[in-house]
Amino acid sequence: MVRILIVDDSPAIRAFARAALMAAPELGDDLEVVEAASGFDALRLLPRSSYDLVITDINMPDINGLELVRFVRQSAHLKRVALLIISTQSSERDKARAMALGADAFLRKPFTPELLRDAVSRSLDGRSSQVPGGSQL
Amino acid sequence: MADARDEFLSEAQEIVEGMGRDLLAVDEGLRMERIDHTLVNDIFRAVHTLKGLAGLFGANRMASLSHELEELLDHLRLGRVELTPSVLDLLFRSVAVYGRILQAEKEGSDRAIPEVDELVRDLHRGTGGPQPASPVGQYELDPSLLAVLTEYEEHRLRSNIAQGLRLYRLRVQFQLATIDQALDDLKTSAKPHGEIITYLPTGAGADADSIELDILMAAQIGLEELRVALGGRGVDIEEIARRAGAPAPAPSPPSSTGQLRALSVPPHTSPRPSIMPGPMGGGSAPSIPAGGSQSVPAMKTPTDLGTIRSVAQTVRVDIHKLDRLMNIVGELSIVRTTLARLVERLRAQHVERELAADVQRLQRTFERHLGAMQQGILEVRMVPLGQVFDKLARVVRQISRDADKLVNLVITGAETEVDKLIVEELSDPLMHMMRNAIDHGIETRGEREAVGKPAVGTIALNAFQKGNHVVIEIEDDGHGIDARGLLEAAERRGLIGADEARVISRPEILNLVFIPGLSTKVDISELSGRGVGMDVVKTNISKLGGVIDLQSEEGIGTKVTVTLPITLAIISALVVRLGARLFAIPLANVQEAVVLDPGMVRVIDGREVVTLRGSTLQLCRLARLFGLEGVDDGPNGWGAQVSFDDERPITTTMRQTRVRDYVVVTAVGSRRLGLVVTTLVGEQDVVIKALGPSLKAVRGFAGASELGDQRIALVIDAPSLIEEMAGGERIREGSRGVHG
Repeated sequence: MVRILIVDDSPAIRAFARAALMAAPELGDDLEVVEAASGFDALRLLPRSSYDLVITDINMPDINGLELVRFVRQSAHLKRVALLIISTQSSERDKARAMALGADAFLRKPFTPELLRDAVSRSLDGRSSQVPGGSQL
Repeated sequence: MADARDEFLSEAQEIVEGMGRDLLAVDEGLRMERIDHTLVNDIFRAVHTLKGLAGLFGANRMASLSHELEELLDHLRLGRVELTPSVLDLLFRSVAVYGRILQAEKEGSDRAIPEVDELVRDLHRGTGGPQPASPVGQYELDPSLLAVLTEYEEHRLRSNIAQGLRLYRLRVQFQLATIDQALDDLKTSAKPHGEIITYLPTGAGADADSIELDILMAAQIGLEELRVALGGRGVDIEEIARRAGAPAPAPSPPSSTGQLRALSVPPHTSPRPSIMPGPMGGGSAPSIPAGGSQSVPAMKTPTDLGTIRSVAQTVRVDIHKLDRLMNIVGELSIVRTTLARLVERLRAQHVERELAADVQRLQRTFERHLGAMQQGILEVRMVPLGQVFDKLARVVRQISRDADKLVNLVITGAETEVDKLIVEELSDPLMHMMRNAIDHGIETRGEREAVGKPAVGTIALNAFQKGNHVVIEIEDDGHGIDARGLLEAAERRGLIGADEARVISRPEILNLVFIPGLSTKVDISELSGRGVGMDVVKTNISKLGGVIDLQSEEGIGTKVTVTLPITLAIISALVVRLGARLFAIPLANVQEAVVLDPGMVRVIDGREVVTLRGSTLQLCRLARLFGLEGVDDGPNGWGAQVSFDDERPITTTMRQTRVRDYVVVTAVGSRRLGLVVTTLVGEQDVVIKALGPSLKAVRGFAGASELGDQRIALVIDAPSLIEEMAGGERIREGSRGVHG
């Protein structure tokens, strides 16, 4: 079972990402994709289920993606969650910050379904090899 | 991915509309020399999202436009480019161009759109060289805070400090369930006093159902004042001190702020928190409880679904899906009517009384639920008129600039709700009337001042609900319609005879603008101020079952009133009989029904009228109008002139002596017409179905409906009858095959 949380304030991007992931054979049949429309929604959802991966945008209203990354990395019970940043953000600085805060991978928008699937695999692999007893794919 | 693509198109549409709204607000602010940075950032984010979407869905035109726009907006929000009216113009143009692109995407056309390339070029020029950034404050900000600020947030923080605002840390606890509302409340009360830079979850929280946030806010007021302003919300506020040795903040720009600051309390001496705060900043994270009270058990599956679902609070639905649902409700209404009849028959037989009572109870329950369902679907279809009004506001801005006129648009009733389908169809006619009001109604600044009017013209756009109708008014304070010029033009074109021209009333003259020959063939300059293309507007409004009225006073202004039904689909109707045939008159148009006393009928001006409670009511004998008048002459004496394919007489023997006729008083807007019918059958909900192509040319009918029992009634189009009988009848005599 792989459980992924997609955080983006754009329903179309969430729908696109969901469709791309659901069509990925390497993620297996037992894939659950949950969507959050804002940083707050993500905060609401995170404690209620164990996610293997959070995919988040950076530029969102109120709680931005960087703050979400920090929150996840600082929360003891979310340690094993992999983090993938997707952003159109032209700023290299924001990308650097996201990585410094502990994101596992960064993917620039726009992306193809293949690029997303690659990035997802990379993030999941990175996390499970780092954390002993991490999520089994 | 077809679904995702639909999602993309409708989301892009929404984003572009929102962007237009934000731009209008920015424009308004700019005129008062105030720039709302949050709005500029919202617009940036809108374009940013559009760019992302365009890339994903291969919408190249949108991608290249968004790319240039994003660049410009990024400079704007980071203070590198100044927001001037000409920059704003570029942004407004982009909203229009996005509209073009979306239209093309919807049609699946990938032809080049010249406006896109043009705008991209202009944008590129506009963003040429970024100007030097605004002076950055000398403040040393805590790295742990800086680490989570996006570039934009950091810019806002610095620019607020540079303006001499104070920084505060607000610590709040929100219930997860009600966080959206609580946050909105907080934002609303904070807004007048400054700007919220960012929200940071602290990681601590009383329990799993609440969350603690540190909010970084810049404000013009002192701590105590801020406490008062945000008080009573469980907000813990601390001022963040300047670092020792940092130079004093630059004086704030002269404004009421200065006043407030002078009044505010001196710098407080309570323990000062370091800029960022909180258990998570230090690394020791003392307030995260070790036990399970805060950190939620990781595995909790089935019950979670409820929470997940509640995240999505709105869904977008294709209107056609709702149409299909409504059709099903329509079919069920017919079942309901048939069921009711069945109950009557059962009860009349006086056997199986218990069974009859059971069936009746069932029928009532069914009726109640069906009613609720119908109401529910109708409500889902309703959208606020504001959706169109926003577009109109942009058009007004553009046209008044092009025409070099000063116009103030005042909107009321934008929240009035109408069927989605009607809103869509309204957009073009309203746009056209708005254009008329500015081009031909509002005078130039010089002309206005010469006659002592304020230099800025006013167009009022009002909407309100009136019974089952929605009324939209467009009223300008321009020079009004030149009635004499209009009449002369009509005479010259032979649309009206010289004799008629002598006796024609003023309202009738004004109605001439709706005649096709006049409003389209006359060249525009000649028609200036008299309305162009109003015939098309009228046709479109009529298609929606609405009517349009026009009032105009020379030198004072023109007011166009559009009255529309709130919804199409199912209507309550009064079923009436004409001879042996059944007709349905929409109840929304019916005021009352009275018995016709033949002795009271008078003929004025060739029209039959009666006096009803002191006012004159024009009569329309439907049987004569529809060519059914031979009804008393025998079974074959009527019905020959108009053929209704799926209509047949129900009774074969005609009544030989008519006892009494009834007058159904119909009204649309302020106009009334008395329809003379043979009998009233009763009220019923009917589903209007379109007439087939062979009957489309027959005017006066809105459609046909099944009444149950396989009986069919034609639905009378009261607005068009009123229009024709009361309005342009004399001018258009003979346009309908009237037999009598």
